[in-house]
Amino acid sequence: MTYERQKDFGTPEVLAEESVTLTIDGREVTVPAGTSVMRAASEIGGSIPKLCATDNVKAFGSCRMCLVEIEGRKGTPASCTTPCEQGMQVSTQTPRLEKLRRGVMELYISDHPLDCLTCSANNDCELQDQAAAVGLRDVRYGYAGENHLGLATDTSNPYFDFDPSKCIVCSRCVRACDEVQGTLALTIDGRGFASMVSAGQTTDDFLSSECVSCGACVQACPTATLQEKSVKEIGKPERSVVTTCAYCGVGCTFRAEMRGEQLVRMVPWKDGKANRGHSCVKGRFAWGYANHADRITSPMIRETIDQPWREVSWDEALAFTAGKLDAIKAQHGARALGGITSSRCTNEETFLVQKLVRAGFGSNNVDTCARVCHSPTGYGLKTTFGTSAGTQDFDSVMHSDVILVIGANPTDAHPVFASRMKRRLRQGAKLIVIDPRRIDLVRSPHIEAAHHLPLRPGTNVAVLTAMAHVIVTEGLVDEQFVRERCDMVAFEDWARFVAEERHSPEFLEDVTGVPAADLRAAARLFATGGNGAIYYGLGVTEHSQGSSTVMAIANLAMATGNIGRPGVGVNPLRGQNNVQGACDMGSFPHELSGYRHLSDGDTRALFEADWQVTLDEEPGLRIPNMLDAALDGSFRAIYIQGEDILQSDPDTQHVAAGLAAMECVIVHDLFLNETANYAHVFLPGSTFLEKNGTFTNAERRIQLVRKVMEPANGLEDWQVTQALANAMGLQWDYTHPSQVMDEIARLTPTFAGVSFDRLDAEGSLQWPVNDAHPDGAPVMHEAGFVRGKGLFVVTDYVPTDEKTGPRFPLLLTTGRILSQYNVGAQTRRTANVVWHEEDVLEIHPVDAENRGLKSGDWVRLASRKGETTLRAEVTDRVAPGVVYTTFHHPETQANVVTTEYSDWATNCPEYKVTAVQVTPSNGPTDWQEDYAEMAGRARRIEPAEPAE
Amino acid sequence: MDAGKLVYMANQIARNFAVLGEEQAVAATLDHIEKFWDARMKAQLLEHGGEGLSPIATRALENLRATHSA
Repeated sequence: MTYERQKDFGTPEVLAEESVTLTIDGREVTVPAGTSVMRAASEIGGSIPKLCATDNVKAFGSCRMCLVEIEGRKGTPASCTTPCEQGMQVSTQTPRLEKLRRGVMELYISDHPLDCLTCSANNDCELQDQAAAVGLRDVRYGYAGENHLGLATDTSNPYFDFDPSKCIVCSRCVRACDEVQGTLALTIDGRGFASMVSAGQTTDDFLSSECVSCGACVQACPTATLQEKSVKEIGKPERSVVTTCAYCGVGCTFRAEMRGEQLVRMVPWKDGKANRGHSCVKGRFAWGYANHADRITSPMIRETIDQPWREVSWDEALAFTAGKLDAIKAQHGARALGGITSSRCTNEETFLVQKLVRAGFGSNNVDTCARVCHSPTGYGLKTTFGTSAGTQDFDSVMHSDVILVIGANPTDAHPVFASRMKRRLRQGAKLIVIDPRRIDLVRSPHIEAAHHLPLRPGTNVAVLTAMAHVIVTEGLVDEQFVRERCDMVAFEDWARFVAEERHSPEFLEDVTGVPAADLRAAARLFATGGNGAIYYGLGVTEHSQGSSTVMAIANLAMATGNIGRPGVGVNPLRGQNNVQGACDMGSFPHELSGYRHLSDGDTRALFEADWQVTLDEEPGLRIPNMLDAALDGSFRAIYIQGEDILQSDPDTQHVAAGLAAMECVIVHDLFLNETANYAHVFLPGSTFLEKNGTFTNAERRIQLVRKVMEPANGLEDWQVTQALANAMGLQWDYTHPSQVMDEIARLTPTFAGVSFDRLDAEGSLQWPVNDAHPDGAPVMHEAGFVRGKGLFVVTDYVPTDEKTGPRFPLLLTTGRILSQYNVGAQTRRTANVVWHEEDVLEIHPVDAENRGLKSGDWVRLASRKGETTLRAEVTDRVAPGVVYTTFHHPETQANVVTTEYSDWATNCPEYKVTAVQVTPSNGPTDWQEDYAEMAGRARRIEPAEPAE
Repeated sequence: MDAGKLVYMANQIARNFAVLGEEQAVAATLDHIEKFWDARMKAQLLEHGGEGLSPIATRALENLRATHSA
């Protein structure tokens, strides 16, 4: 594709059943009622001059460039704010309009630098285009009058500059911040000639303001006023390729805009159905890690982890690895080997890793990083609904009347979807937040939660059961839905259970810490407020009752009839880009792709015939079980693709001990991550920019990842896995990931209709895609549940065994923030560190005062598992008795303090509840010092021998 | 593997199914272990015996033993 801007229709698309037909410049056009004249003209190929209009924000009517004449009407109305009417006769180009537009343009240009040849817009400038469109030849007013040309550029943001001398005050940036992002960080300061775009207060620059660097303003700017630094440095792109972001589970699609093999910028793709043309600071800007100096591009091996790494050829690395794996298998059996697939990698790569483990290693010891995030979603939704996936698409939220957010922080972890949610909330939908912290959604510009239930960490099930109690005992159940769609025997058991007095909000108030009246009001609102949608995250799953909580959520949705149509549903917000896909691909040790249990003989036979192997019938080890088994010597080798379990998994010292006990640890990644300190083989990985494949987002939406540059290491990740398989004697001969997807479709009923060709033609598909749903399913369970009747499951509240006490009186809960991603391997290697250069500990003022702490102090955070030090941030965002931190930085390693406790059904770690003590500190802990020293040694790379 | 950890896991499963009543809870606990535990974990729990197991988990283990010795 050669480079050109995406078409801009000027005003947003209107969705209306009624249509109107009008004539524009003699051409008839039919559009949905309410469509602007500007958009209608654009849809038939016209281009009415415009400056303040763009199709991702509402019409504003300020620039006076888009004037038209309409037969029978006086004056020259703005086409952006004039809705089409039946029979309307519009002229977009007349001598009168020409004169008016040229006059307006003269005024703009009289206060604009005439530096087009050196301007950072690089000729990609709407102001320049519109000057050309009106045939501007001279400016009668001259350029010597009062102007803004001497204003200084704000370069504070690491990714874009703000040059007010080029600003035409069209307000597109302000409106994009308001309407698209919903942060309302920008404003027009002053009046008349003094009007200027301002980020926050007059003392603020972009970096110190509330701007979240989503890039919406930069995208909206029609001049070089807001401009990416990369465009200033590199120049205008020459081509663009649509691909899918590799950060969170929203799955934004972007145009990777390129010059040669150099990425100039990532611009959100307006046709992307997940992001609808929006982005966040990570996807839009934080891609610099792809070319970071820390990237390892040559394979490396070593016999023992106390040796330095030795760079070798691919052939030597693969032979070394296969030799180790074969020897261990021969001596200790197939079940001594296993692998971990990555939610950061493509479906095809994930499918091949689990295939290598099952068909090559000969065991089912394959697991994925969803083990530590959404495995309870898999268990809970499979049990209640029949399949392990969220029920809605993201567009659904625009039809919601009541939005319940539990254990999720969408503005930080899923920011692009959060912007959609905030837009709906500004339209009047009601919000219920159930979270120990006062997350930003609770109160932000033009948004205030109707109810925030600040529950005590670990009491999700009690709170949801109490809500169910209110709904059942106050007669708020949607009886028709339950009768028609659900298993009645199970419902009646459940209803009897939740109706017991011991589950009332009043009875449980002391347990949950949630005032009973608030909880009752929230339950009533959810049950009676119209379309009710539940969104949840890892604050639900990462508990000892994570699976129970997911089932309690499903119960609540079924009891209130909130399943099977737009605006409702159960929506797990997936952490990483391909968590859904990794789970779909058979990454769990007990099931094959499409969530089919290994005990299903027919399914096993299908795979055995296709792969020409005999599969082990027994479930394999989960990640924590692998580490346990390593310590007893029964698990000895692991292939880890794209995951850093040492930093991300709980109880770091136990993870380290497990890894250290293994004979062969193979890390396949971009960087020498923390896990690689314990590895014997390092296989360099490729970034999402360097590979082809697919990701599946939280909506079950499968989207293409397209290669925009050659892999720095020479191989895409699927090719590395194939090479390893073949080194072990398998005979794989894939030449493109599309062939892997064909195999997935052949073996997986829910993917039967998926192919790269269809994805290329249609942009995306939401599984299931098969005979029953030939074009996919934006909303699941519309006519019936996948399992037939929806199953209510009695979820008894079982308190966690992790208890506070005199030694550890506080509860630690962990999470993530906007600018960093997961273990930070990518974002720490970008300018995002400007916003978050270290993990900090949030602590309530009362708890801080009791310990003599103030913000910025070093503190020691200790649990029965370990201790670390970090800085304190005193804030009432957390409740007394609760502390909070992130896990983005290896220097902190927050998981040194988290415990071995996990979800009863899935072993998903209980990251969200750890009893801790916080005390003043004056330096790193022994463990931190020891680890830093060990990591330094483990990362040594032997100098390459000079060539003969 | 650490027998204490396996006992803890089995008890945790049993405790969460206990609300179903003993008979159903025993069956559900057994079914869960069969479906989600690796063979060595089952074998090691059997080898460990019943010490430390809750009544439901103990009965589930007995049924597991019967299944595996059949």
